[in-house]
Amino acid sequence: MRKITYANAIKEGISEEMRKDNSVFIMGEDIGVYGGAFGVTKGMIEELSKERVIDTPVSETAFMGLAIGSAMTGLKPIVELMFSDFMAVCYDQIINQAAKMHFAFNKKVPMVIRTASGAGTGASFQHSQSLEQMYANVPGLKVVMPATPYDAKGLIKSAIKDDNPVVFLESKEFYNDEGEVPLEEYYIPLGKADLKREGKDISIITYGRMVKTVLETANQLEKEGISVEVLDLRSLVPLDTDAIIETAKKTGRVLIVHEAVKFAGFGGEILSTIVESDAFNYLKTNIKRLGLGYHPIPFNKSLEKEVFPTIEKITKQVKEMM
Amino acid sequence: MKNKYDKDFLIYLLEKMMVVRKFEEKIQALFSDGVLHGTTHLGIGEEGTAVGATMALENQDYIFATHRGHGQVIGKGADVNAVMAEMFGKKTGVSLGLGGSMHLADIEKGIFGTNGIVGANLAIACGTAFSIKTKKEKDKIAVAFFGDGATNEGVVHESMNIASVWNLPILFVLVNNGYSVSKKLFEMTKNTNLLERAKIYDMKAYEVDGNNALEVFETVKKAREEILKENAPILIVANTYRLSGHSKSDNNLYRNQEEIEKWQNKDPIKALIGVIGCSKDEIVALENNVDNIIKEAVDFAKNSPEPTIEDILDRVYAK
Repeated sequence: MRKITYANAIKEGISEEMRKDNSVFIMGEDIGVYGGAFGVTKGMIEELSKERVIDTPVSETAFMGLAIGSAMTGLKPIVELMFSDFMAVCYDQIINQAAKMHFAFNKKVPMVIRTASGAGTGASFQHSQSLEQMYANVPGLKVVMPATPYDAKGLIKSAIKDDNPVVFLESKEFYNDEGEVPLEEYYIPLGKADLKREGKDISIITYGRMVKTVLETANQLEKEGISVEVLDLRSLVPLDTDAIIETAKKTGRVLIVHEAVKFAGFGGEILSTIVESDAFNYLKTNIKRLGLGYHPIPFNKSLEKEVFPTIEKITKQVKEMM
Repeated sequence: MKNKYDKDFLIYLLEKMMVVRKFEEKIQALFSDGVLHGTTHLGIGEEGTAVGATMALENQDYIFATHRGHGQVIGKGADVNAVMAEMFGKKTGVSLGLGGSMHLADIEKGIFGTNGIVGANLAIACGTAFSIKTKKEKDKIAVAFFGDGATNEGVVHESMNIASVWNLPILFVLVNNGYSVSKKLFEMTKNTNLLERAKIYDMKAYEVDGNNALEVFETVKKAREEILKENAPILIVANTYRLSGHSKSDNNLYRNQEEIEKWQNKDPIKALIGVIGCSKDEIVALENNVDNIIKEAVDFAKNSPEPTIEDILDRVYAK
C-alpha cells in the first residue's frame, strides 16, 4: 500500500470532503499560499480557491465565532488553529457558544476545530500543551485525537460530516511521519477505539502522540517475553467504553499512558470506566497511569523529552505490574 | 417625520413597544413575587431602539440580541407566549425552558438568541453574514446588538475588523445606555465618542436618538439598504437609557433619582404617543389590548408542562 504523511493524510481527507460538498470550507491563520504553520493545507488554495481556503486575521475569537455562525446557517466550516494552546484565546466561543448552541436552540453546528496539539518540537509551554481533557469535560463537544496517517484521514472525514462541533487534535510531532493510507475512500466512525496491537499479559490504553511510544515499548517488551496489548482510543468523546472494559478484562492488567498532565487528566476517566464496571473483578494488579508531571512543559531539549512518558518509563512501569 | 407613515403602522410600532414594556414590567413583578427564578436583565426605557431597529428588518434577516434582549427578540417577531414560557422555564418556551432570559431564540424567524456573554454574539453574527455572502443570498443581512459596556471587549474589535475587511453584510447596533452595569461610560472608556469605533475599521456609522423609535427605524432601514448596495458593514450608535436596574439585584446605588427622572421625561413610548397624537381613548384601548396579550402569555406559561431530564439529554448533541 502507498505511504503518505500524517499531514498529507489530513489534507487528503479535507480535500475529498471539499470536492464533494461545496458547503465545506476551511479557514485559519496563514493557511492559504503559506500552507499553514505545519504545511497541512499546502496547495489547497490553488485547487479549491481562496473563497474556500481562507486566510483569517489574527483574531481567533472572531473566526471561531464566525465558524459557529456559518455552521448554523448552512455551511460546514473547518477552523485551523495554529496551536491547540490558542484555544485558550477563544475559549468563550468554544465552551460557551459552540458547545451550547444545539442545547439552547436545537440548531446543528457542524464544524471542526483542527489544531496542532502536544509537545516534542521545542515550542515551549505556550505551544506544546495537551488540553484534551478540558474539552472532553464540556458536553456538546466531540474530541478526536488521531495517532496515524490512516486514522487521521478517516477521522477527519467523519468529523467534517458530523453535525456537532468536533475538536480535532493533531499531534504536531507526527506531521511528517509516513504511514499506509489506501487510495480508496474510507471513513472511521468517531467513538471507535482501535486495538493497535494484540497481547495477553497487560493492556496499555493510550491515545495521541503516546501511541507511537507505547507501540515501540510493546515491541521491545515482546522480546523480553511480555505480551502487551495496545488500545488507541482515537476519540475521547464519544468514548469507546466497551473497548476499554474488554481489554481490561482480557489481560487483567491496565496501564494508562497519555501526554497530558497526569493530575486530573483524561486517564482518570479511563481508570474510572474500568473500576466502575465489572472489569474491576478481573484486575490482577492496581491500574497505573503515566502522564506529564504537574508542571508546564520545559523548553530545554533533553528535559522536554524526559518529562513525558518514555520507553524507559513505560517499560519500568509494566515490569512493576507483572 | 410621522407624515411619511400611515397611522396604522405607527400604532403597530407603538403597540409593539408597549408589549415589550409591559412584558418586562410583568416579569419584574413576577420576580419580585418570587414566581420566577434565576435572573433577568430588563431594558425598560430602551424600547425605542429595540423595537425601532428590529421592525426595520425583514423576516429573513438574522439578529443576535444582547443579554438585555427581550425587546430585540419580541421586536423581531418572537412569539410572546413562547418567550414568556421560556422565562418560566417551561417546555413550550422558545428554548424548551432550558435557556431562560439569556437564551431566547426563534431560528425560523431569524432570531439567533439573546446571549449571556457580552460581545460574543458579534463574532457569531459575522458568521451568519459570511454565510449570506458565500451563498449569495439577496436582500438579507445579519444584525448584532451590543452595549456600550461590550465595546471594551476584544471580541467586539475583532468582529468589527473582520466584518469590514471581508465586506460582510452586517449591521452593528450599539445600544448605548450610558452604563456598563454600575459604571458610567466615561469612567470605563477613554474616548466616549463611540461613533469613532467605526472610523478605525473604515466603516460607515450613524448616531441616532435611541429613544426616538421612528428615527431608529428610519436609520436602520437606510443602513440596511446601504449594506446591501455597498457590500460593507455599518455601525449605528443608538443613545438611550435603561430606566430599570441592570438586573434584579440592582439597587440603583450608582445613579440618582434626578437623572432617572430626566430620562423618564424622554420615555420612548411617551415620545411616540406624542408624535402620533393618540387620543386618550386610543391609548386606553391599546393598553387593554396589550394587557390581554401579556395576561394570555402568563397563563400560557403557567399552564405549560415542565421539560424533563430526557429533553436535556436529547439536546446535547445533534444526531
